[in-house]
Amino acid sequence: MLTVCDLHVKYGNIEALHGISLNVEEGEIVALLGANGAGKSTTLMSIMRLAPPEGPVVTKGTISYNGTDLLPIQAHNIIARQGIGLVPEGRHIFGNLTVFENLKLATFARRDRERIQQDYERVFSLFPRLADRRTQRGDLLSGGEQQMLAIGRAFMSGVKFILLDEPSMGLSPLLMLELFRVLKSINESGTTILVVEQNARLALQYANRAYVLEAGKIVLEGKAEDLATNPEIHRAYLG
Amino acid sequence: MRRNIPLLGYVILCALTIVLAKADILDLYVQMILMFIGISIILATSLNLVNGYMGEFSVGHAGFMAVGAYITSVLNVMLFTNSSIFGPPLLSPSSAIIFFPLTLLAGGIGAALAGLLVAIPSFRTRGDYLAIITLAVNYIVKSSIENMQVIGGARGFSGMSSVINSMKEVVDLPWTLIWILIATGATVWILQRFVSSIYGKGIIALRDDEIAAEIMSVNTQRMKVVAFMLSSGLAGIAGGLFAHVLGYINPGTFTIMKSTEVLVMVYLGGMGSLSGSVLSAIGLTIALEAFRPLQVYKWVIVPLLLILLMLFRPEGLMGQRELTDVFPRLRRWLGLKPKLSE
Repeated sequence: MLTVCDLHVKYGNIEALHGISLNVEEGEIVALLGANGAGKSTTLMSIMRLAPPEGPVVTKGTISYNGTDLLPIQAHNIIARQGIGLVPEGRHIFGNLTVFENLKLATFARRDRERIQQDYERVFSLFPRLADRRTQRGDLLSGGEQQMLAIGRAFMSGVKFILLDEPSMGLSPLLMLELFRVLKSINESGTTILVVEQNARLALQYANRAYVLEAGKIVLEGKAEDLATNPEIHRAYLG
Repeated sequence: MRRNIPLLGYVILCALTIVLAKADILDLYVQMILMFIGISIILATSLNLVNGYMGEFSVGHAGFMAVGAYITSVLNVMLFTNSSIFGPPLLSPSSAIIFFPLTLLAGGIGAALAGLLVAIPSFRTRGDYLAIITLAVNYIVKSSIENMQVIGGARGFSGMSSVINSMKEVVDLPWTLIWILIATGATVWILQRFVSSIYGKGIIALRDDEIAAEIMSVNTQRMKVVAFMLSSGLAGIAGGLFAHVLGYINPGTFTIMKSTEVLVMVYLGGMGSLSGSVLSAIGLTIALEAFRPLQVYKWVIVPLLLILLMLFRPEGLMGQRELTDVFPRLRRWLGLKPKLSE
């Protein structure tokens, strides 16, 4: 579904990714693991084609999605036309809008009106907390609720493929577990997921496959259950 | 058909103003203030699009005004008057009455193209850096005009009064006032339609969170270009009108002082409130006139007012609200649809 091949990207003069290759098949959950500064978020931003100053500049390599070259496409079309959604690090929800307005905003570029209604119901059944707070302002939600809203919003944009950047950041262990359970359920109903995660143990538990990034290179890849028992991973990330 | 009460009201108000002006009940001084109010409204509301609705900080509005003022004035003087620089009129002077809106529009388009120059670097910078770029553009425009001897350089450019006079020869009406009333109404209408459209709400999303707007599939780069060009284009139109009120312009008029005056109007009225900008443009223009006997001390009183405002009401008089939010009943009187809550 998504194929990244020999991707080199730069921020200004500093190269952040030194030729990474990865692929995600339809229906999978793929985890991207690694320490701080390894280039996990950079990879997601390159795929989303976010423009500088936030996004990096691709200097070499290819990103293709269902056979389409993503490199010349602008970020807003990645979502609207290609159907890839992003749950950004730090959630980036609109604090001065209500929960429902945030979700509604995500349907900005959608044309399939009858499916939108179904998707609202699906989001509210996945996250009953959001249903309780649908008229509350985004900035009054707890961190966990904001994360749910960010995921719900990506879902409401009607995409087939969701990229998540550190969804468990700042959440309690119980909420993290809950979040990954919901991600699994979204995945089972046909959405492909690529998730960047610091919590390797949790990610490997729910993902099908995983890649390990280190200083802008992929150092390990494989099935999640194999990586979970890999002694090197154990030492570096699972402790 | 639903009656458009705001439009109807504005047309009646304008007609009344023109009749009173024609009958000399409003003397030339009052007419002059009315014209400056109209120009201030155009400037303040158009700057509000960038500084208020889009959340950028542009401080070079007078630069765009200068571009529009010079293009419109030069075109009009060249086409309709016998000037020492451009020779005999290219078109019959009496046709000025028809072509004036077009030359005004040409000034607006010229200023919008200058706005494009600011919009492009704004993709990569924001906040303070963008403010510096707009400040630089203001100075670049001023210095370029100062060094263009063809259009008078620092000495300024005149001849616009005879354009207005040739309009008056065709039909004896206060034409400058009429054009300003039309342009002011059109500006407020265009901006109001723009920021309340789904397309225009992309600008507000962009202000609140650029990344979130982008991943909600808002084309943030095009939004910035559109907003900048619309804002600077309208400033250009205000400049064209301004030149025809005075009949004389020089680069010294369009300095950072003029930009600051407009900025004050925007912040006084409230960022992200069109009715706030309109009210403060009216209020401040009248206040500056009232303080005129104080001469240079008015530049002590006005900044002092601004400091007090920032201390006690930092969001401006209206904040992000419109008049119809403050007085909800206004909506019904004006025959507007009730506001959607969900």
